[in-house]
Amino acid sequence: MADFAEQLAQHIPRLRRYARALTHDPAWSDDLVQDTLERALQRRWQYRFDSSLTAWLFTILYRLFLNDVARRGKQVPDDSEVPEPAVTPDFPMQIDMQRALARLTPEHRAVIVLIGLEQLSYQEAAAVLDVPLGTVMSRLSRGREQLRALLSGAPVAGTARLSRIK
Amino acid sequence: MKTEPISEQDLHAYVDNQLDAERRAQVEAYLAVQPEAAALVQDLRLQNQLLHEAYDNVLNEPVPIRMGTALQRKRFPLAWAASVAALAIGLVAGWAARDVMQPAAGPAVFAERALRAHLLYASEKRHPVEVPAEQEAHLVAWLSKRLDAPIRAPALHTHGFSLLGGRLLPGDEGPLAQLMYESADGERLTLIVRRAGRDSGDTRFQVLEQNGNSVFYWVDRDYGYALSGGMGKNRMMDIARAVDTQLRRP
Repeated sequence: MADFAEQLAQHIPRLRRYARALTHDPAWSDDLVQDTLERALQRRWQYRFDSSLTAWLFTILYRLFLNDVARRGKQVPDDSEVPEPAVTPDFPMQIDMQRALARLTPEHRAVIVLIGLEQLSYQEAAAVLDVPLGTVMSRLSRGREQLRALLSGAPVAGTARLSRIK
Repeated sequence: MKTEPISEQDLHAYVDNQLDAERRAQVEAYLAVQPEAAALVQDLRLQNQLLHEAYDNVLNEPVPIRMGTALQRKRFPLAWAASVAALAIGLVAGWAARDVMQPAAGPAVFAERALRAHLLYASEKRHPVEVPAEQEAHLVAWLSKRLDAPIRAPALHTHGFSLLGGRLLPGDEGPLAQLMYESADGERLTLIVRRAGRDSGDTRFQVLEQNGNSVFYWVDRDYGYALSGGMGKNRMMDIARAVDTQLRRP
Protein backbone atom coordinates (compact mmCIF):
# COMPACT_ATOMS: atom_id res chain seq x y z
CA MET A 1 0.00 0.00 0.00
CA ALA A 2 2.70 2.40 0.98
CA ASP A 3 4.60 1.48 -2.15
CA PHE A 4 1.67 2.40 -4.30
CA ALA A 5 1.25 5.85 -2.78
CA GLU A 6 4.98 6.41 -3.06
CA GLN A 7 4.90 5.49 -6.71
CA LEU A 8 2.02 7.90 -7.22
CA ALA A 9 3.95 10.67 -5.49
CA GLN A 10 6.93 10.05 -7.73
CA HIS A 11 4.73 10.56 -10.77
CA ILE A 12 3.53 14.01 -9.72
CA PRO A 13 6.13 16.06 -11.64
CA ARG A 14 5.53 14.11 -14.83
CA LEU A 15 1.78 14.28 -14.48
CA ARG A 16 2.06 18.02 -14.05
CA ARG A 17 4.15 18.40 -17.20
CA TYR A 18 1.69 16.27 -19.14
CA ALA A 19 -1.33 18.20 -17.82
CA ARG A 20 0.34 21.55 -18.47
CA ALA A 21 1.04 20.64 -22.07
CA LEU A 22 -2.58 19.53 -22.50
CA THR A 23 -4.19 22.58 -20.91
CA HIS A 24 -1.67 25.46 -20.85
CA ASP A 25 -3.41 26.50 -17.65
CA PRO A 26 -1.51 25.93 -14.38
CA ALA A 27 -4.60 25.99 -12.17
CA TRP A 28 -6.63 23.69 -14.37
CA SER A 29 -3.66 21.42 -14.85
CA ASP A 30 -2.97 21.07 -11.13
CA ASP A 31 -6.63 20.35 -10.50
CA LEU A 32 -6.40 17.57 -13.09
CA VAL A 33 -3.31 16.12 -11.41
CA GLN A 34 -4.95 16.31 -8.00
CA ASP A 35 -8.09 14.57 -9.23
CA THR A 36 -5.98 11.96 -11.00
CA LEU A 37 -4.11 11.15 -7.78
CA GLU A 38 -7.33 10.90 -5.82
CA ARG A 39 -8.94 8.71 -8.43
CA ALA A 40 -5.89 6.48 -8.69
CA LEU A 41 -5.99 5.92 -4.93
CA GLN A 42 -9.69 5.15 -4.97
CA ARG A 43 -9.37 2.74 -7.85
CA ARG A 44 -5.98 1.25 -7.20
CA TRP A 45 -7.50 -2.22 -7.39
CA GLN A 46 -8.10 -1.53 -11.08
CA TYR A 47 -4.41 -1.09 -11.70
CA ARG A 48 -2.68 -4.20 -12.98
CA PHE A 49 0.75 -4.45 -11.50
CA ASP A 50 2.29 -5.86 -14.66
CA SER A 51 1.31 -2.78 -16.64
CA SER A 52 2.81 0.68 -16.76
CA LEU A 53 1.68 2.89 -13.88
CA THR A 54 2.65 5.94 -15.93
CA ALA A 55 0.37 4.93 -18.78
CA TRP A 56 -2.47 4.14 -16.37
CA LEU A 57 -2.19 7.55 -14.71
CA PHE A 58 -1.99 9.26 -18.10
CA THR A 59 -5.18 7.42 -19.05
CA ILE A 60 -7.03 8.68 -15.98
CA LEU A 61 -5.83 12.23 -16.47
CA TYR A 62 -6.69 12.23 -20.17
CA ARG A 63 -10.26 11.14 -19.43
CA LEU A 64 -10.66 13.82 -16.77
CA PHE A 65 -9.29 16.34 -19.25
CA LEU A 66 -11.76 15.31 -21.96
CA ASN A 67 -14.59 15.44 -19.39
CA ASP A 68 -13.64 18.99 -18.49
CA VAL A 69 -13.46 19.97 -22.14
CA ALA A 70 -16.82 18.41 -22.92
CA ARG A 71 -18.84 19.08 -19.79
CA ARG A 72 -17.66 22.39 -18.50
CA GLY A 73 -17.02 23.61 -21.99
CA LYS A 74 -13.53 24.49 -20.87
CA GLN A 75 -11.48 25.90 -23.66
CA VAL A 76 -7.80 25.50 -23.99
CA PRO A 77 -6.55 29.05 -24.42
CA ASP A 78 -6.16 29.89 -28.06
CA ASP A 79 -3.50 31.97 -29.69
CA SER A 80 -4.72 35.33 -28.45
CA GLU A 81 -5.07 34.10 -24.87
CA VAL A 82 -1.58 32.68 -24.53
CA PRO A 83 0.59 35.78 -24.50
CA GLU A 84 2.25 34.59 -21.31
CA PRO A 85 2.81 30.87 -21.49
CA ALA A 86 2.25 28.63 -18.49
CA VAL A 87 5.90 27.81 -18.16
CA THR A 88 8.79 30.16 -18.75
CA PRO A 89 10.61 29.26 -21.91
CA ASP A 90 13.62 31.35 -22.71
CA PHE A 91 13.29 31.35 -26.46
CA PRO A 92 10.58 32.53 -28.79
CA MET A 93 10.48 29.15 -30.53
CA GLN A 94 9.25 27.56 -27.32
CA ILE A 95 6.46 30.08 -27.00
CA ASP A 96 5.60 29.43 -30.63
CA MET A 97 5.45 25.74 -29.83
CA GLN A 98 3.08 26.32 -26.93
CA ARG A 99 0.82 28.49 -29.04
CA ALA A 100 0.87 26.04 -31.92
CA LEU A 101 0.13 23.10 -29.66
CA ALA A 102 -2.74 24.98 -28.02
CA ARG A 103 -4.37 25.37 -31.42
CA LEU A 104 -4.64 21.66 -32.10
CA THR A 105 -7.73 19.70 -31.12
CA PRO A 106 -7.46 18.06 -27.68
CA GLU A 107 -7.17 14.65 -29.35
CA HIS A 108 -4.33 15.65 -31.67
CA ARG A 109 -2.59 17.51 -28.89
CA ALA A 110 -2.74 14.48 -26.60
CA VAL A 111 -1.12 12.21 -29.19
CA ILE A 112 1.70 14.67 -29.79
CA VAL A 113 2.29 15.17 -26.08
CA LEU A 114 2.21 11.48 -25.19
CA ILE A 115 4.61 10.49 -27.94
CA GLY A 116 6.78 13.54 -28.55
CA LEU A 117 7.08 14.77 -24.97
CA GLU A 118 6.28 11.82 -22.72
CA GLN A 119 7.92 9.33 -25.07
CA LEU A 120 5.33 6.62 -24.79
CA SER A 121 5.39 3.83 -27.34
CA TYR A 122 2.71 3.97 -30.02
CA GLN A 123 1.02 0.98 -28.40
CA GLU A 124 0.99 2.66 -24.99
CA ALA A 125 -0.42 5.84 -26.50
CA ALA A 126 -3.18 3.81 -28.17
CA ALA A 127 -4.04 2.28 -24.78
CA VAL A 128 -4.04 5.66 -23.01
CA LEU A 129 -6.26 7.25 -25.64
CA ASP A 130 -8.37 4.10 -26.03
CA VAL A 131 -8.15 4.14 -29.82
CA PRO A 132 -6.67 1.68 -32.36
CA LEU A 133 -3.01 1.94 -33.24
CA GLY A 134 -3.90 3.15 -36.73
CA THR A 135 -5.78 6.09 -35.24
CA VAL A 136 -2.75 7.02 -33.15
CA MET A 137 -0.61 6.99 -36.29
CA SER A 138 -3.02 9.10 -38.31
CA ARG A 139 -3.54 11.61 -35.49
CA LEU A 140 0.20 11.81 -34.94
CA SER A 141 0.85 12.46 -38.59
CA ARG A 142 -1.99 14.98 -38.91
CA GLY A 143 -1.11 16.76 -35.68
CA ARG A 144 2.53 17.10 -36.60
CA GLU A 145 1.59 18.38 -40.04
CA GLN A 146 -0.44 21.10 -38.38
CA LEU A 147 2.34 21.93 -35.94
CA ARG A 148 4.79 22.11 -38.78
CA ALA A 149 2.55 24.50 -40.66
CA LEU A 150 1.84 26.61 -37.56
CA LEU A 151 5.50 26.81 -36.63
CA SER A 152 6.52 27.82 -40.11
CA GLY A 153 3.78 30.44 -40.23
CA ALA A 154 2.10 28.81 -43.20
CA PRO A 155 -1.66 28.26 -43.30
CA VAL A 156 -2.63 24.96 -41.73
CA ALA A 157 -4.32 23.77 -44.90
CA GLY A 158 -1.13 24.14 -46.93
CA THR A 159 0.53 20.95 -45.80
CA ALA A 160 0.31 18.99 -49.00
CA ARG A 161 4.03 18.53 -49.16
CA LEU A 162 4.12 16.27 -46.17
CA SER A 163 1.40 13.96 -47.35
CA ARG A 164 3.23 13.43 -50.63
CA ILE A 165 6.08 11.66 -48.89
CA LYS A 166 5.48 7.98 -49.14
CA MET B 1 14.48 -10.73 -48.21
CA LYS B 2 12.31 -8.09 -49.77
CA THR B 3 12.41 -4.71 -48.03
CA GLU B 4 9.11 -2.97 -47.30
CA PRO B 5 9.01 0.51 -48.85
CA ILE B 6 9.67 3.28 -46.34
CA SER B 7 6.41 5.03 -45.41
CA GLU B 8 5.76 8.32 -43.68
CA GLN B 9 4.87 6.27 -40.61
CA ASP B 10 8.37 4.84 -40.64
CA LEU B 11 9.80 8.34 -40.57
CA HIS B 12 7.71 9.23 -37.50
CA ALA B 13 8.64 5.96 -35.82
CA TYR B 14 12.28 6.62 -36.65
CA VAL B 15 12.17 10.03 -34.97
CA ASP B 16 10.32 8.57 -31.97
CA ASN B 17 12.82 5.72 -31.52
CA GLN B 18 10.18 3.08 -32.12
CA LEU B 19 11.96 1.03 -34.79
CA ASP B 20 14.08 -2.05 -34.37
CA ALA B 21 17.71 -1.91 -35.46
CA GLU B 22 17.10 -3.45 -38.86
CA ARG B 23 14.31 -1.14 -39.89
CA ARG B 24 16.24 1.77 -38.48
CA ALA B 25 19.15 1.05 -40.77
CA GLN B 26 16.81 0.84 -43.74
CA VAL B 27 15.29 4.22 -42.91
CA GLU B 28 18.73 5.75 -42.55
CA ALA B 29 19.75 4.43 -45.96
CA TYR B 30 16.55 5.91 -47.39
CA LEU B 31 17.13 9.30 -45.78
CA ALA B 32 20.61 9.46 -47.24
CA VAL B 33 19.15 9.63 -50.75
CA GLN B 34 15.82 11.37 -50.06
CA PRO B 35 16.44 14.97 -49.03
CA GLU B 36 12.71 15.73 -48.74
CA ALA B 37 12.22 12.91 -46.26
CA ALA B 38 15.38 13.95 -44.43
CA ALA B 39 14.00 17.47 -44.10
CA LEU B 40 10.78 16.11 -42.64
CA VAL B 41 12.73 14.01 -40.14
CA GLN B 42 14.69 17.08 -39.13
CA ASP B 43 11.46 19.04 -38.60
CA LEU B 44 9.94 16.29 -36.52
CA ARG B 45 13.06 16.07 -34.38
CA LEU B 46 12.91 19.81 -33.84
CA GLN B 47 9.27 19.51 -32.78
CA ASN B 48 10.11 16.93 -30.13
CA GLN B 49 13.02 19.01 -28.94
CA LEU B 50 10.85 22.14 -28.69
CA LEU B 51 8.24 20.23 -26.73
CA HIS B 52 10.85 19.37 -24.15
CA GLU B 53 12.22 22.87 -24.03
CA ALA B 54 8.74 24.30 -23.64
CA TYR B 55 7.48 22.00 -20.88
CA ASP B 56 10.37 20.34 -19.05
CA ASN B 57 10.56 23.31 -16.68
CA VAL B 58 7.36 22.05 -15.09
CA LEU B 59 9.27 19.03 -13.79
CA ASN B 60 11.36 21.34 -11.63
CA GLU B 61 8.52 23.41 -10.23
CA PRO B 62 7.77 22.89 -6.54
CA VAL B 63 5.01 20.34 -6.14
CA PRO B 64 1.97 21.95 -4.48
CA ILE B 65 1.73 20.49 -1.01
CA ARG B 66 -1.94 19.72 -1.55
CA MET B 67 -0.89 16.96 -3.93
CA GLY B 68 1.04 15.28 -1.16
CA THR B 69 -1.89 15.61 1.18
CA ALA B 70 -4.18 14.15 -1.47
CA LEU B 71 -2.18 10.96 -1.04
CA GLN B 72 -2.62 10.82 2.71
CA ARG B 73 -6.28 10.34 3.33
CA LYS B 74 -7.83 9.91 6.72
CA ARG B 75 -9.06 6.43 5.93
CA PHE B 76 -5.51 5.11 5.66
CA PRO B 77 -3.37 4.12 8.63
CA LEU B 78 -1.51 6.94 10.24
CA ALA B 79 1.98 5.49 9.80
CA TRP B 80 1.33 5.02 6.14
CA ALA B 81 0.03 8.54 5.78
CA ALA B 82 3.11 9.85 7.53
CA SER B 83 5.45 8.09 5.14
CA VAL B 84 3.57 9.53 2.19
CA ALA B 85 3.68 12.96 3.73
CA ALA B 86 7.42 12.63 4.23
CA LEU B 87 7.83 11.61 0.63
CA ALA B 88 5.62 14.39 -0.64
CA ILE B 89 7.68 16.82 1.37
CA GLY B 90 10.79 15.37 -0.22
CA LEU B 91 9.38 16.24 -3.60
CA VAL B 92 8.81 19.88 -2.83
CA ALA B 93 11.74 21.78 -4.23
CA GLY B 94 13.53 24.99 -3.38
CA TRP B 95 12.37 27.41 -0.75
CA ALA B 96 9.17 25.50 -0.23
CA ALA B 97 11.07 22.45 0.97
CA ARG B 98 12.94 24.50 3.56
CA ASP B 99 9.68 25.95 4.77
CA VAL B 100 7.81 22.70 5.06
CA MET B 101 10.52 20.95 6.99
CA GLN B 102 10.65 23.54 9.71
CA PRO B 103 8.61 22.98 12.86
CA ALA B 104 5.10 24.37 13.07
CA ALA B 105 5.01 28.07 12.43
CA GLY B 106 4.28 30.76 14.97
CA PRO B 107 3.06 34.11 13.72
CA ALA B 108 6.60 35.52 13.38
CA VAL B 109 7.73 32.55 11.29
CA PHE B 110 4.61 32.94 9.19
CA ALA B 111 5.46 36.60 8.64
CA GLU B 112 9.00 35.78 7.59
CA ARG B 113 7.77 33.24 5.09
CA ALA B 114 5.23 35.67 3.76
CA LEU B 115 7.99 38.19 3.19
CA ARG B 116 10.19 35.66 1.43
CA ALA B 117 7.33 34.63 -0.81
CA HIS B 118 6.68 38.30 -1.47
CA LEU B 119 10.27 38.95 -2.50
CA LEU B 120 10.29 35.84 -4.66
CA TYR B 121 7.13 36.53 -6.63
CA ALA B 122 6.70 40.30 -6.53
CA SER B 123 9.98 40.66 -8.43
CA GLU B 124 8.77 38.28 -11.09
CA LYS B 125 8.22 40.25 -14.30
CA ARG B 126 6.53 37.69 -16.48
CA HIS B 127 4.86 35.27 -14.10
CA PRO B 128 4.06 37.00 -10.82
CA VAL B 129 0.81 35.07 -10.43
CA GLU B 130 -0.57 31.68 -11.29
CA VAL B 131 -4.10 32.88 -11.99
CA PRO B 132 -4.53 36.44 -13.27
CA ALA B 133 -7.08 38.89 -11.90
CA GLU B 134 -9.10 38.71 -15.13
CA GLN B 135 -10.24 35.35 -13.80
CA GLU B 136 -10.99 36.68 -10.33
CA ALA B 137 -14.06 34.49 -9.82
CA HIS B 138 -12.08 31.40 -10.73
CA LEU B 139 -9.13 32.56 -8.64
CA VAL B 140 -11.23 33.08 -5.53
CA ALA B 141 -13.13 29.83 -6.01
CA TRP B 142 -9.94 27.88 -6.59
CA LEU B 143 -8.11 29.30 -3.57
CA SER B 144 -11.19 28.79 -1.40
CA LYS B 145 -11.45 25.18 -2.52
CA ARG B 146 -7.82 24.50 -1.79
CA LEU B 147 -7.80 26.20 1.60
CA ASP B 148 -11.13 24.59 2.32
CA ALA B 149 -12.45 27.95 3.51
CA PRO B 150 -13.94 30.92 1.69
CA ILE B 151 -11.33 33.45 0.60
CA ARG B 152 -12.06 36.96 -0.55
CA ALA B 153 -9.85 39.36 -2.42
CA PRO B 154 -10.13 42.81 -0.80
CA ALA B 155 -10.53 45.80 -3.14
CA LEU B 156 -7.67 48.25 -2.64
CA HIS B 157 -8.43 50.73 -5.41
CA THR B 158 -8.88 53.57 -2.95
CA HIS B 159 -5.24 53.00 -1.96
CA GLY B 160 -4.11 52.92 -5.59
CA PHE B 161 -3.71 49.15 -5.90
CA SER B 162 -5.53 46.76 -8.16
CA LEU B 163 -5.55 42.98 -8.03
CA LEU B 164 -2.98 41.32 -10.28
CA GLY B 165 -3.90 37.74 -9.44
CA GLY B 166 -2.92 35.00 -7.08
CA ARG B 167 -1.23 31.72 -6.51
CA LEU B 168 -1.23 28.84 -4.09
CA LEU B 169 1.83 28.24 -1.92
CA PRO B 170 2.74 25.28 0.24
CA GLY B 171 2.67 25.83 3.99
CA ASP B 172 3.34 23.50 6.85
CA GLU B 173 -0.24 23.45 8.13
CA GLY B 174 -1.92 23.53 4.77
CA PRO B 175 -1.82 25.61 1.66
CA LEU B 176 -1.45 29.39 1.65
CA ALA B 177 -3.20 31.73 -0.75
CA GLN B 178 -1.13 34.60 -2.08
CA LEU B 179 -2.90 37.55 -3.68
CA MET B 180 -0.83 40.14 -5.49
CA TYR B 181 -1.72 43.79 -6.07
CA GLU B 182 -0.05 46.38 -8.23
CA SER B 183 -0.18 50.17 -8.33
CA ALA B 184 -0.04 52.31 -11.45
CA ASP B 185 3.62 52.95 -10.62
CA GLY B 186 4.37 49.24 -10.60
CA GLU B 187 4.67 48.88 -6.82
CA ARG B 188 3.53 45.50 -5.65
CA LEU B 189 1.85 44.26 -2.51
CA THR B 190 1.13 40.68 -1.56
CA LEU B 191 -1.46 39.44 0.87
CA ILE B 192 -1.05 35.92 2.17
CA VAL B 193 -4.04 34.21 3.71
CA ARG B 194 -3.96 31.01 5.70
CA ARG B 195 -6.39 29.11 7.87
CA ALA B 196 -5.64 30.14 11.41
CA GLY B 197 -4.75 27.27 13.68
CA ARG B 198 -3.72 27.42 17.28
CA ASP B 199 -2.87 31.12 17.11
CA SER B 200 -6.46 32.19 16.76
CA GLY B 201 -7.69 34.93 18.99
CA ASP B 202 -4.72 37.26 18.66
CA THR B 203 -5.93 40.04 16.43
CA ARG B 204 -3.24 42.64 17.04
CA PHE B 205 -1.31 43.99 14.09
CA GLN B 206 2.33 43.08 14.27
CA VAL B 207 5.05 44.23 11.96
CA LEU B 208 8.30 42.78 10.75
CA GLU B 209 10.75 44.90 8.79
CA GLN B 210 13.61 43.82 6.60
CA ASN B 211 15.68 45.87 4.15
CA GLY B 212 13.00 48.43 3.44
CA ASN B 213 10.20 45.88 3.17
CA SER B 214 7.65 45.35 5.84
CA VAL B 215 5.10 42.70 6.67
CA PHE B 216 2.01 43.43 8.67
CA TYR B 217 0.53 40.28 10.07
CA TRP B 218 -2.51 39.60 12.16
CA VAL B 219 -5.06 36.96 12.91
CA ASP B 220 -8.80 37.30 12.65
CA ARG B 221 -10.48 34.31 14.29
CA ASP B 222 -10.44 31.89 11.34
CA TYR B 223 -7.71 33.34 9.20
CA GLY B 224 -4.15 34.53 9.46
CA TYR B 225 -3.07 37.38 7.19
CA ALA B 226 0.28 38.79 6.16
CA LEU B 227 0.53 41.90 4.01
CA SER B 228 3.99 42.49 2.52
CA GLY B 229 5.32 45.42 0.57
CA GLY B 230 8.06 47.98 0.33
CA MET B 231 6.08 51.19 0.52
CA GLY B 232 6.88 52.54 3.94
CA LYS B 233 5.35 51.62 7.24
CA ASN B 234 2.64 54.26 7.42
CA ARG B 235 1.20 53.53 4.03
CA MET B 236 1.41 49.81 4.67
CA MET B 237 -0.41 50.23 7.96
CA ASP B 238 -3.26 52.09 6.24
CA ILE B 239 -3.62 49.36 3.67
CA ALA B 240 -3.44 46.63 6.30
CA ARG B 241 -6.27 48.36 8.19
CA ALA B 242 -8.31 48.54 4.99
CA VAL B 243 -7.75 44.84 4.32
CA ASP B 244 -8.70 43.94 7.87
CA THR B 245 -11.86 46.07 7.77
CA GLN B 246 -12.98 44.53 4.50
CA LEU B 247 -12.26 40.95 5.41
CA ARG B 248 -13.33 40.95 9.04
CA ARG B 249 -16.21 38.63 9.57
CA PRO B 250 -19.44 40.41 10.52
